[in-house]
Amino acid sequence: MIGPMVRVLSAATLPRMSRVSKMLRRGARLLVTVLLTSAPLLAMQPPTGAATDGFVPIDQLPPQEQLPAAPLLITAYAVVWVLLMAYLWSIAKRLRKVESEVETLERRSAGAARR
Amino acid sequence: MQNFFLPVFGVTALMFAVAPFVIANAPYESTMLLVQKIFYFHVPAWFVMFTAIFISGVYDAIYLFKGDRRADRIAAAAAELAVIFGLMGLVTGPLWGRKAWGVWWQWDARLTMALLLEVIFIGYLLVRKYGGPGSEKLSAAMAVFGMLNVPFVYISVNIWRTVHPRTSVVPTLGPGMFGAFWFSVCAFMLLFVLLMALRVRFEHQRAKLDDLYLAEET
Repeated sequence: MIGPMVRVLSAATLPRMSRVSKMLRRGARLLVTVLLTSAPLLAMQPPTGAATDGFVPIDQLPPQEQLPAAPLLITAYAVVWVLLMAYLWSIAKRLRKVESEVETLERRSAGAARR
Repeated sequence: MQNFFLPVFGVTALMFAVAPFVIANAPYESTMLLVQKIFYFHVPAWFVMFTAIFISGVYDAIYLFKGDRRADRIAAAAAELAVIFGLMGLVTGPLWGRKAWGVWWQWDARLTMALLLEVIFIGYLLVRKYGGPGSEKLSAAMAVFGMLNVPFVYISVNIWRTVHPRTSVVPTLGPGMFGAFWFSVCAFMLLFVLLMALRVRFEHQRAKLDDLYLAEET
């Protein structure tokens, strides 16, 4: 009596169970795929440390922030000055050389014209 | 040149002497703190570079279409200054980025395009120097091409997702920051005018020298 009943019940529930487990497996696969593909995208997010939309002024600088940033700031400022000075020196040198050459040639051509 | 050079030189020297105090007195930015002060000479350097590129592009376009050699000389002077100020921007930027982003460099749209712009103008100078006869026309075309890139470099931060601060930063600066920033911009622009005057004079003298050599040969 029980045997046929169990057979009837299992015949009715097993296909449903396997459909549910299939759906669960598919869902799990989909979730894993989404997580794996989104991981590089999440890794590519820009760091949130720097303000990109606007700068908000504050009054006091926390002491722990002073040391690490100062060498970078000083280096940046020094780079600007060194580049400027080097360029000024380079222009002045080139200009002086060309002007002295122009002067020599003008003197020479004036002398030739007089003769 | 003597008439305007000395007064402008005096004002520029004074502004550059005062600038560190003005920048030091500007308020700290809430997230970047001290390192944000690099902004006061990093951005003006780029402003000057863009101005120099614009001058170089316009004068080289005049040279290309009208054959005016004086325009070519002005363009060459501006191109050299564009490289110098671009170099300032490219060095000071990573020094800021190291603290703000934790890395020296990011291959994002703004940084990569700015680097390419600098490379175009370094190429311009190399072509002029080693390109031989006719290289002026070739380099002039490069300058026009470089000038057309400037708007893309400027708005790249608003179009693409980049780590670089957007163009909205400058118009929304707080009162203390606003004054210090525009003071620095004025100082850099005056410096550009002075260097441009010297560099153009050098180009004119060089052209004069070429003419004298040609006259002597004939």
